[in-house]
Amino acid sequence: MSPPEPFVEPLVEVENLHAYYGKSHILHGVSLSVGKGEVVGLLGRNGVGKSTTLKSIIGLVATRQGRVLFGGRVVTGMPTHKLARIGIAYVPEDRRIFRLLTITENLRTGLDRNGVSESRRRQLLDRVYTYFPVLAERRNQPGGTLSGGEQQMLAIARAMMLEPKIILLDEPTEGLMPRMVSQIRQIIDVLHRDGVAILLVEQNVPLTLEASHRVYFMEKGEVRHHAVASELDVNNPVIHQFLGV
Amino acid sequence: MTIPWDLIAIQTVNGIVTGMILALVASGLTLIFGILDVVNFAHGELFMLGAYIGVLVLATTGSFSLALVAATIIVALLGAALQIVTLRPLVGRDPLTTILATFGISLVLQNYALWQFGPVARKIQEPITGHFTLFYLDYPWYRVMIALLSAAIIGGFWLFLKYGKYGIWIRATTQDRVMAEAMGIPVPWVHTAVFAIGAGMAAASGVLFGPLAGVDHAMGLAWVLKAFIVVVVGGMGNLGGSIAAAIFISLLEAYASIWVSPSQAVIVSFVVLILTLLFRPTGLFVPISK
Repeated sequence: MSPPEPFVEPLVEVENLHAYYGKSHILHGVSLSVGKGEVVGLLGRNGVGKSTTLKSIIGLVATRQGRVLFGGRVVTGMPTHKLARIGIAYVPEDRRIFRLLTITENLRTGLDRNGVSESRRRQLLDRVYTYFPVLAERRNQPGGTLSGGEQQMLAIARAMMLEPKIILLDEPTEGLMPRMVSQIRQIIDVLHRDGVAILLVEQNVPLTLEASHRVYFMEKGEVRHHAVASELDVNNPVIHQFLGV
Repeated sequence: MTIPWDLIAIQTVNGIVTGMILALVASGLTLIFGILDVVNFAHGELFMLGAYIGVLVLATTGSFSLALVAATIIVALLGAALQIVTLRPLVGRDPLTTILATFGISLVLQNYALWQFGPVARKIQEPITGHFTLFYLDYPWYRVMIALLSAAIIGGFWLFLKYGKYGIWIRATTQDRVMAEAMGIPVPWVHTAVFAIGAGMAAASGVLFGPLAGVDHAMGLAWVLKAFIVVVVGGMGNLGGSIAAAIFISLLEAYASIWVSPSQAVIVSFVVLILTLLFRPTGLFVPISK
């Protein structure tokens, strides 16, 4: 695993974020940061606010307090579609592919932007079709006909169409067969090599520790601990403290 | 009892012609419902306004095609403005608020038309006046032209949805507006555009229908009522279902009016509506999901 990069320039900074679903207070002041090109894991038990943190960054959950910076600029309260255009891609836990759209059409939702030349479009499509040959084979089939693992690949491929600087990846391996899990693992490495930062929410602790540079631990809507991934292993007491049952 | 085959043939043609106009009205309505979750009570008034603009443009320029295009564009722009001013601020509120808002727009537009144009019905001259013989009837070619034009508009729109960049945006937004946002699609503007397209389609049908009956301020009412039935029977928000339902219901009404008076034939639509709601509330023409 590549060495930790503690001094990389910050890309996304989350400062003291508070968020609510209706009246229930979910995030109680989350602070974290992801550097340019850095892979950061976000661990914690179910319901501690990991997914909500991702949703707050992409603007799908309104925040009451605190702020989000992207490349040094405050983006709190910016509409989701604008955040997507400036380089924040989101791959939700339930994948949310457009089931009735074909695979190519799913990809086009992120590709049909202003300022993408025809050659660049082809290049981006070719690239994901090389990474995900199964998507290329079925490019004219509706997304809803894909298996769970293939849908996950499509969701990641679709996010790549935005040429993002960071991908917020919510439980990408949930419910997948081991073979698919290792594919997702490889994709994370590919994205990292391309210089894309990743904020990874996962239940799979070994995978997270292996793929990430740093990890944050959340509990009760707050970040409680923060560590360099390579200094932890699955038997570390910290893992037990925040993830043990 | 002998079966009146000649009447059935004539009524089939009539049913298809009315069905195609109805399909044009209803596809805008179902589109707006499917994407904005708004039941547009002002749809009939957009239809009526389109017909009036058609009357005015036809009177000044003498060109029917220009009247059709101008009415479509003007009402589409008006629809965009209405959506931005009245519906966009209501996003996320109780659906009842949008019903009240569109109902309010409907009343304003209807009374504006009454005030502006008066209670006397206007007439749109048929752009083609030829007839052909259908059994013992002189059947106007114009009616055939309406059916073809409506089909062409719906077909063009379908192609746009299927292949156009913005068509893909619209379909993605229909399926999952949150994910569409996350893919960088400006959903609020997709909503505005869809409302504008629906309004434009209503206006086009108003102009096409104009020559068949008079144009007056209340002409939208009967159409919007029937279009609502079609939208429910076809499956709320389902474009293909609405088109099928529009033709189905118009044919049924046309056949029924062989035996009963046309005003009683309307009952058939309501019977179909009630049966649909009882036995297949998701719509008659919705494909069963796998």
